Amino acid sequence: MTWLNDTLQGIFLGGAYALTAVGLSLMFGVMRLVNLAHGDLAVCGTYLVTTVMAALGAPLWVALLIMLPLAFLFGALLQLALFDRALSTGPMAPLLVTFGLSVMIENLLLQTYSANVRGVPAGRFDVAAGHIGGLVLPWLSVLKLVLAVAVIGGLSAVLRLTAWGRRVRATSDDLAVARLQGVRVRPLFAAVTGIAIAAAALAGTLNAVTTGVDPTLGTLTLIFAFEAVVIGGLGSLWGTLAGGMMLGVTQVLVSQVSVPYATLASQLLFLVVLAARPQGLFGSALAVS
Amino acid sequence: MSAKHAGGPTAAAGSQVRPGVATAVSVSQWSRSATVTVAASGVAAAVLITLPYVVGTQVTQPLVTLFLLVAMAALWNLLAGYAGMISFGQQAYLGIGAYAIYLIGRAGVNPFAAIPLAAVASGLAAAGIFLLLRPLTGGYFAVASWVVAECLFLYVTTQGWLGGATGAGLQQLSAMAPLVRQADTYWVALAVMAVCVAGVYLLVRSRFGLDSRAVHDEPAAAAAMGVEVQRTRRMAYILAAAGAGLVGGVLIISSLYIDPGSVFSVNYSADMLFMVVIGGLGTMEGPIIGAVIFFAAQQVFAQYGAWYLLGIGALAIGVVLLAPAGLWGSLAGRRGWSLLPVGYRVRPAGQGAP
Repeated sequence: MTWLNDTLQGIFLGGAYALTAVGLSLMFGVMRLVNLAHGDLAVCGTYLVTTVMAALGAPLWVALLIMLPLAFLFGALLQLALFDRALSTGPMAPLLVTFGLSVMIENLLLQTYSANVRGVPAGRFDVAAGHIGGLVLPWLSVLKLVLAVAVIGGLSAVLRLTAWGRRVRATSDDLAVARLQGVRVRPLFAAVTGIAIAAAALAGTLNAVTTGVDPTLGTLTLIFAFEAVVIGGLGSLWGTLAGGMMLGVTQVLVSQVSVPYATLASQLLFLVVLAARPQGLFGSALAVS
Repeated sequence: MSAKHAGGPTAAAGSQVRPGVATAVSVSQWSRSATVTVAASGVAAAVLITLPYVVGTQVTQPLVTLFLLVAMAALWNLLAGYAGMISFGQQAYLGIGAYAIYLIGRAGVNPFAAIPLAAVASGLAAAGIFLLLRPLTGGYFAVASWVVAECLFLYVTTQGWLGGATGAGLQQLSAMAPLVRQADTYWVALAVMAVCVAGVYLLVRSRFGLDSRAVHDEPAAAAAMGVEVQRTRRMAYILAAAGAGLVGGVLIISSLYIDPGSVFSVNYSADMLFMVVIGGLGTMEGPIIGAVIFFAAQQVFAQYGAWYLLGIGALAIGVVLLAPAGLWGSLAGRRGWSLLPVGYRVRPAGQGAP
């Protein structure tokens, strides 16, 4: 029974990874842009929430409602001001620009908020859990998994069913042809990045309720998100959920044997998948090139 | 980008043939300014070698940092600027080099003498790791190489014989007279910089240089023209790692201590990126200039905290978006300057170098 519960906790952890990674997956799928500042932008959202909570004395959910539109706007502005230009400059420019941005954000947070770990108080919610038999259901983890499924399901539905989603898919398939057909690509890219950053900031904040947040957290956040995206297969949102869960389950199961090797094991899982199946589990071979 | 370099001597000579005009042309890979640069570098090296006899450690200590920055910039440029591979995992080879020196030193060998072995260790590791990274390009390659470095870091922190998470000290050198040790460290750092910069320069001027620039610009076309793309990439990757091993060896010798959290930090890759991008990706002179700018910013502004990294980061982003050739590339490209020429120049015979 314990291994069953451990697997369940791994799936919950995977939900958290997937929620963090969904924006990265979306941006890569639509724009072929690997946003290396993704993790740091998630951390930015968390700091914004802690600042709002401290300044207004507001509870977590109010601060989240204030932060999410701001994160969307900030993502859209980044796309318009930097990423559009980077994408049109050449294949290396997006990597150089987003990595540079990542270092800038990390150091800005370090200078503004110091290197100390900050908590995100969530009342009793952060440790509350339900029990079914031997299974533990930490409500916060359940919420993150539900949100991950909801965000991925919602995005998939929007992409599949709405006119806007059709334009996004057309742009992803062939940017030049979509433009010829009258798709206004700049606002579309801005909206996509806005959604991606808002989702990342939401995930970052909820994760920080358990672990706290510090300015250097963005690095590992990005690595795990990238791994979930690659394992699942580039451009596949449901694949990202599966990739996150594989990472989460691996990490929790290995940590039962040896805690120091838990993180290492999930990194190795990523490298093994990369070596054996670079297009990921649910990606098509075309997506890599 | 490298259209002006492309084409070997044969192709270039053939295109110059016109009836009624002297058909003889001279093809050269050298220029008068290059002679001046090399001579000036020789004089500068002679001055730098004598420096520990003339000035104190308050001058030579920061110079060790500068030498290592120049070496790292030149090596990262070999990867990104010439072979077209952006790696955020070069800190893996700094760490392997440093730990190699630690282990060899513990076995009783003089760490200074063992520095070349650090390059061997990192080069061998890179040959193995490249098997994994081989099929990857672009962002995949960049992040996967970063994850490899992260794995090494996580592994080292669990290993007691490597000092675990607290790090490992090079006790053997603590017994040396500090002044002698610091002077030796300075010379070793100077030698490492010279080897890395000269090595990259000679490589880029060779057949490998033409191949790698072709791979950088258009891998598919390069492969179609008979360039062995993967062999070129592998060679650049292994040599850049071997150079990073040398730098890592000097890092542990100069601080007498190695801490996995800092030697395996992605910040090293960030510094390399900033220096190369600001100076000029894919030029010989650019990374050196970028390293000097980075070093100057660090020396002047470090007392105010990490703010200088924000400025450097903003400068790098600005350069990528507005002047992708970098400071040197933008300045020199327009005026045709080249202190360290790597391409071929064709002139009608009988005319001297300009």
